[in-house]
Amino acid sequence: MSDQLIAACERVLALVGTDAEAEVTVSSGTETLTRFATSFIHQNVADAARRIHLRVALDGRVAEASGNQTDDDALSRLVRSTMDAAALQPVDPGWPGLAPAAPAPAVEHWDDATATAEPAERAVRVGDFVAAADGLETAGFCSTDGTAVAFANSAGQRLTGRSTTALLDGIARTGTADGSGRAASARIADLDGSVVGAEATRRARDATGAGDLEPGRYEVVLGPSCVVNILSFLAIYGFNGRAVDEGRSFARLGKAQFDAGVTLADDVSHPMAVGVGFDAEGTPKRRVELVRAGVTSGLVHDRRTAKALGAESTGNAISGAGPWGALPVNLVLEAGSSSSDDLVAGVERGLMVTDFWYTRILDPRTQVVTGLTRNGVWLIENGRVRRPVTNLRFTQSFVDALAPGALLGVGSDLTLVGGAAFGTSAYVVPSLHLAAWNFTGGARG
Amino acid sequence: MEAALAAGARYADARVMDRRHEAMNARNGEVEGLTQDGSVGLGVRALIGSGWGFFSTPDLTREAAQAAGAQAAAIARASASVPGKDLELTPVEVRKDSWQNAVQEDPLGVPLSEKGDLLVGVTRTMSEHGADVALAGYDIWDTTKWLVSSEGHRIDQRIRECGAQMNATANGENETQRRSYPGIRGQYGTRGWELVRELDLPGNAARIAEEARELLTAPECPSREATDLIIGSEQMALQIHESVGHAVELDRILGWEAAFAGTSWLDLAQIGDLRFGSELMNITADATLPGALGSFGYDDEGTPAHPVDIVKGGVWVGVLSGRDSAALAGLSESGGAVRGDGYNRLPMVRMTNVGLLPGGSSLEDMIAATDDGILMDTNRSWSIDDKRLNFQFGCEIGREIKDGKCGRMIKNPTYTGIGPRFWGSLDMIGNESEWTFWGTPNCGKGQPGQIGHTGHPSVPCRFRGVRVGVRG
Repeated sequence: MSDQLIAACERVLALVGTDAEAEVTVSSGTETLTRFATSFIHQNVADAARRIHLRVALDGRVAEASGNQTDDDALSRLVRSTMDAAALQPVDPGWPGLAPAAPAPAVEHWDDATATAEPAERAVRVGDFVAAADGLETAGFCSTDGTAVAFANSAGQRLTGRSTTALLDGIARTGTADGSGRAASARIADLDGSVVGAEATRRARDATGAGDLEPGRYEVVLGPSCVVNILSFLAIYGFNGRAVDEGRSFARLGKAQFDAGVTLADDVSHPMAVGVGFDAEGTPKRRVELVRAGVTSGLVHDRRTAKALGAESTGNAISGAGPWGALPVNLVLEAGSSSSDDLVAGVERGLMVTDFWYTRILDPRTQVVTGLTRNGVWLIENGRVRRPVTNLRFTQSFVDALAPGALLGVGSDLTLVGGAAFGTSAYVVPSLHLAAWNFTGGARG
Repeated sequence: MEAALAAGARYADARVMDRRHEAMNARNGEVEGLTQDGSVGLGVRALIGSGWGFFSTPDLTREAAQAAGAQAAAIARASASVPGKDLELTPVEVRKDSWQNAVQEDPLGVPLSEKGDLLVGVTRTMSEHGADVALAGYDIWDTTKWLVSSEGHRIDQRIRECGAQMNATANGENETQRRSYPGIRGQYGTRGWELVRELDLPGNAARIAEEARELLTAPECPSREATDLIIGSEQMALQIHESVGHAVELDRILGWEAAFAGTSWLDLAQIGDLRFGSELMNITADATLPGALGSFGYDDEGTPAHPVDIVKGGVWVGVLSGRDSAALAGLSESGGAVRGDGYNRLPMVRMTNVGLLPGGSSLEDMIAATDDGILMDTNRSWSIDDKRLNFQFGCEIGREIKDGKCGRMIKNPTYTGIGPRFWGSLDMIGNESEWTFWGTPNCGKGQPGQIGHTGHPSVPCRFRGVRVGVRG
């Protein structure tokens, strides 16, 4: 497959010729998703996906285009229209040029069984999840993706990679409460519908009979999906070179902006990660440390923001990201040594939260975000879980939540969570115990 | 479609979609990106028992199409291994038809240089008037699609859409303030480039940049448990979208979105009786509105576009539905609200043009009738729970209202509420001259994710006793 894709890249570069700088990405694979609700499979899809993306710079005049047809006529049209468009553009003073030839790290987050998984294999896992719910209503999905990608540019860079992802994510519902369970891996064999379904069922039953709680500031134990949500905002609006360049970011290099227990890096080579070893501009990925023991120590860049800030690209360009800038897609938050029970035991009076929902930023500089809890919240008193609580709305600065002194415990439960940064990434994180979280209202008003 | 039937499907349809998308954006007086995307492909949907199967491919050869049909049926068979009740489809008249929306000026035919000059000009103006970051952009979609079904539908449509947006950000010591025009998501419609010309971006660039800068020194929105709140039509479009549009999607009500987008606080047993809001509240879902972003000739199941009453005189009376969800709910016909985002996405229930019918007041009347309140407009943040009940929305700009007059500017205005309580407090509603067909080009739903284009006719409104000024 890689040979075919790189050959397609070469065909496009040959059509562009030597008059322009050009970079080409060709990807191909299968994306599948089996969805269930009210305990039956109601949507089940597979896409034989293919994409050719071309960016050219004609004397600093830049245009890009994409298509999904690979016959000679289609590729010729793609090249011609992109070149024509570039010729009509003004010179782009921020054009950073092409990535130089350099090898990418040898990551191989690939599993043949996942790439070729049949719908029946996903249905078995869904069936196991439904059965584990023991009569409770269930909903969720099981997906398997396998994508190969090739990159080539007229500066001599040639790269190929491939990645698989398998996800199982669902809820069990008692009628008055929902509980969630999820698993993510590069290998479908790691997804056990019975285990994930049982976890969701336990949470749903434990969350049943919830009572209201007065809003206010509480200690919290946040599950991995909540932590991923927090990091997504820090990534998009904070550690992003573009946000820093535009003065919208909170990040201040060299400053102790976080608790000393926070060490955060973007690292596609992590054994639990998914993805390929280079970015949309053909820059090799590397481990980028963003926070070291609470001190902001790095930013992610694409070539444009790197040029603007006098830095080097970190291999975090995202295709189609446009004005958003670079994004870390493989964040890893360093785990601690506390078990889930230890985290709870350390709480004097607070809340244990499974998931966040519909989080939106009020101001990127302060990182004040509003959102709600979902799929299980429990009151903890004197180190013990006392009772389930109805969902709450919060309005909280995510930077303040992790500020020096605010991190009271870090879990050992390092977990890969897909769908980070609003669907584009997968982060590896533990649970966290935080000193304060500002709940501003009950979800029922 | 024939291959899916041959492989055992009791119903099948197939859609070929050819879509071109062009987008350009500028920043601080420079064009920064021009993208032209094209995709063409085939998606086949097959129904076996309770399960749908969907397979899509960019290959349009006869062999690939037949393989896609067979794959769709095989996937549907796998679906049936975790079964529910057999899905039925509500009847729909079988049509053979062509449809396209009216366009005065083909947006893809407007020279790139002219479009670039527009974006460069307005971002330069914003920079000159105080914006630290000035952004502007446009999007154009040109979609042709062909539908065939095993019931005999043969429908082709060409839908052209476009729109534009710009915003100015001013950075303070520990905050950012932003003003957007004409709204946070711009303005989009099923129209040609004439829509963008009518927006008059150049005539508004200096103003929004100056307002963004002025917001940095404006006082904070006061925190009040209950106040009179007047909401401009752009923010009302978001209010309608989030707290009404998604709540009345029948797939959510049936629990089909429970694990992801969520469910709805609405119970089908109460349709026709449940009070959603005050008597002034009349909401329709109408895909026939000329130029609105959620308009089309037929949905992706071949159901002709038609208006559907959603809330009438404050009472909940209708839903957004497709043929399978309508049948399961016991409705006699589909609401014609099923669309897919591209050839490679399974069509699902999406909003059409879900909007508020105008009333008899004006924004001026509302201000004059308010002794002590706040005016907010232009959405900045939005969050709502998974039942579409509890919301908290923030706007870019607010104004104090005292003794019937608009007063000083306030920053970081937010308000929060519970859907039916909030809509029940609606006591003044804008008139037809203020009726604007707002277009939302980025409504996310479904797994795999789909981006929907929805329309939201709206007017300014006044609500009583609303909690405002929620802070972190």
